[in-house]
Amino acid sequence: MNYVIIGNSVAAVGAIRGIRGVDEQGNITVISRERHIAYGRPLISYLLGGLITEKRMAYLPEDFYEKNRVNLLLDAEVVGVDSARKQVKLAAGDTIGFDKLLIATGGDPFVPPIEGLAGKDRIFTFTTWDDAEKLKGIAADMERVVVIGGGLIGLKAAEGIHLLGKQISIVELADRILSAAFDRPAGRVVAKKMKANGIDVITEDTVVRIEGDGARISGVTLKSGDYIPCDTVVVAIGVRPAAGFLKGSKVEVNRGIVVNDTMETSVKGIYAAGDVAEASDFFSGQKNPMPIWPDAYIQGDVAGTAMAGGKKSYSGGLAMNSIELFKVPTISMGITNPVEPKEFDILTYQDAENYQYRKIVLQENRLVGAVLVGQVDRAGIFSGLIREKVDVTPFKEQLLDPDFGFIHLTKEIRSTLFAPYGKVA
Amino acid sequence: MKRIYTIEDACIGCHLCEVGCITEHSQSKDPIRAFLHEQVRSISRCTVEELDGGVISLSTTCRHCDEPDCLRACISGAIQKNDAGVVRIDTEQCVGCWSCVMACPYGAVQRNLAKKKANKCDLCPDRKSPACVDACPNRALVYKEGSQK
Ligand SMILES: Cc1cc2nc3c(=O)[nH]c(=O)nc-3n(C[C@H](O)[C@H](O)[C@H](O)COP(=O)(O)OP(=O)(O)OC[C@H]3O[C@@H](n4cnc5c(N)ncnc54)[C@H](O)[C@@H]3O)c2cc1C
Ligand code: SF4
Ligand code: SF4
Repeated sequence: MNYVIIGNSVAAVGAIRGIRGVDEQGNITVISRERHIAYGRPLISYLLGGLITEKRMAYLPEDFYEKNRVNLLLDAEVVGVDSARKQVKLAAGDTIGFDKLLIATGGDPFVPPIEGLAGKDRIFTFTTWDDAEKLKGIAADMERVVVIGGGLIGLKAAEGIHLLGKQISIVELADRILSAAFDRPAGRVVAKKMKANGIDVITEDTVVRIEGDGARISGVTLKSGDYIPCDTVVVAIGVRPAAGFLKGSKVEVNRGIVVNDTMETSVKGIYAAGDVAEASDFFSGQKNPMPIWPDAYIQGDVAGTAMAGGKKSYSGGLAMNSIELFKVPTISMGITNPVEPKEFDILTYQDAENYQYRKIVLQENRLVGAVLVGQVDRAGIFSGLIREKVDVTPFKEQLLDPDFGFIHLTKEIRSTLFAPYGKVA
Repeated sequence: MKRIYTIEDACIGCHLCEVGCITEHSQSKDPIRAFLHEQVRSISRCTVEELDGGVISLSTTCRHCDEPDCLRACISGAIQKNDAGVVRIDTEQCVGCWSCVMACPYGAVQRNLAKKKANKCDLCPDRKSPACVDACPNRALVYKEGSQK
């Protein structure tokens, strides 16, 4: 059996382990257009800010590829997939045949057409190790930076640049930063802390023109008419599935590559996992991209297992983020900001002065979402309650308690999880 | 693999498992030094929970899951499961992002704020049986072959 995996990040790693859990013999070929072995993509802001060295970027133990007998092709871009002939085509011209193919190509940063952007030197995106290197390379003569986009990637870029001692403005179109994961109070708590650190957070506005002569940037003009002087711009508006090379392959692509619960695409034998895929959502069951690290791993594992003929099914993507910004830890999961709040039961606790906030979202006595700012310990217990759809009625009053734990659940649950009886392997 | 299990009815809420764990993970491996003299006191990997002033109590700890959610969520690769099944954190590699804290449904990862590193049960690599199990005066903790759940 010949397995080919396009992309060499977390979804690919999950898939390699998934395949090897079932099939120790088959040939695995991994093709990546990057020149690095698998690295912690979310660590690029730590690298930029000097919090970690390059040595820490490696995501896997050194012997991983060898131990799992993976044939790794780096610096090789796939430019086409021929589903009928079961071949992928590389930019260099050669083709590689497959029996089972996994597309784990993640996302490409999206750069919208902004007036004055074309031809400018210091426009950056921030999604790869090399992006971080490039920014670091010009750090010495960088002074003021504008980050377009106040989502996860924009804030992470801002934090890294801030650690280099540069002045930063973040421009976000929504009414708060991190609008995908946070509700308004949580967004405010974090924005307050960022401002206290000297970061200029501008919401409900956007960059309409990049100013400057020739390749040099002198500033940006906002929709509101405001002008911010700067020498560097980071565009962090979002990522789009890296699926362009699938044109003509018959693999169905919507907002991502559409997959079923074993991560198989519309073409038999071809699978997709991670940021590039559009799998079912935990709550609604509808197809939904879920561009987060843990989910990419899980999808990769399901895909790899299925490709090798094993049985595993995806239980649905559950949004989940742990983001510490300027020493304020935050964890959010599930439905944090329901569109129809009336259908939900929402509990909150707030102490903005001390950067503390807790929010619990319930639906029909089941936990469906949580936001924790400040005190985030044991947040995973909530993720377990969401996944297991536990009826929280008996301990609803305790959910906001910072010491909430298993002791508040029923004895039956505690015994199932921790007691020794009958648990013989 | 061998795992640590809890007999809730036998737990007397004395927290000696935590003392045993902190001592084992200290520099000196001496309880008095660990608690009084070491600069950074290590954090217990097991957590004793209590209710009604201790009428109900139990010690919870890592299950060394078959498919660890902590490992899957870890953005740095610091968490690995070895061939024996033990799930450990490489503290050097950890960046303190708390993704594992977010993902572990057993609430078994602690935040070491002084070091900004995550912290979890390592099943005491230097011992025959884990320190918490040996420390429990009422045998409320058992170390035996068994499944995760
Ligand atoms: C700065 C930053 C911070 C983040 N922080 C977090 C966080 O804290 N928590 C979290 O959950 N998520 C975070 N994310 C998101 C997380 O990194 C992604 O969800 C995750 O990396 C997705 O993994 P993946 O395997 O699907 O794809 P990716 O990691 O995107 O990897 C895909 C790989 O495929 C390669 N590739 C693409 N096309 C081709 C081709 N045609 N041929 C060959 N190779 C190709 C790409 O070059 C890339 O190396 C962050 C992302 C960024 C950029
Ligand atoms: S820390 Fe939690 S998720 Fe990880 S192995 Fe232990 S119990 Fe499982
Ligand atoms: S806190 Fe450390 S061990 Fe936990 S997920 Fe982050 S890097 Fe991994």
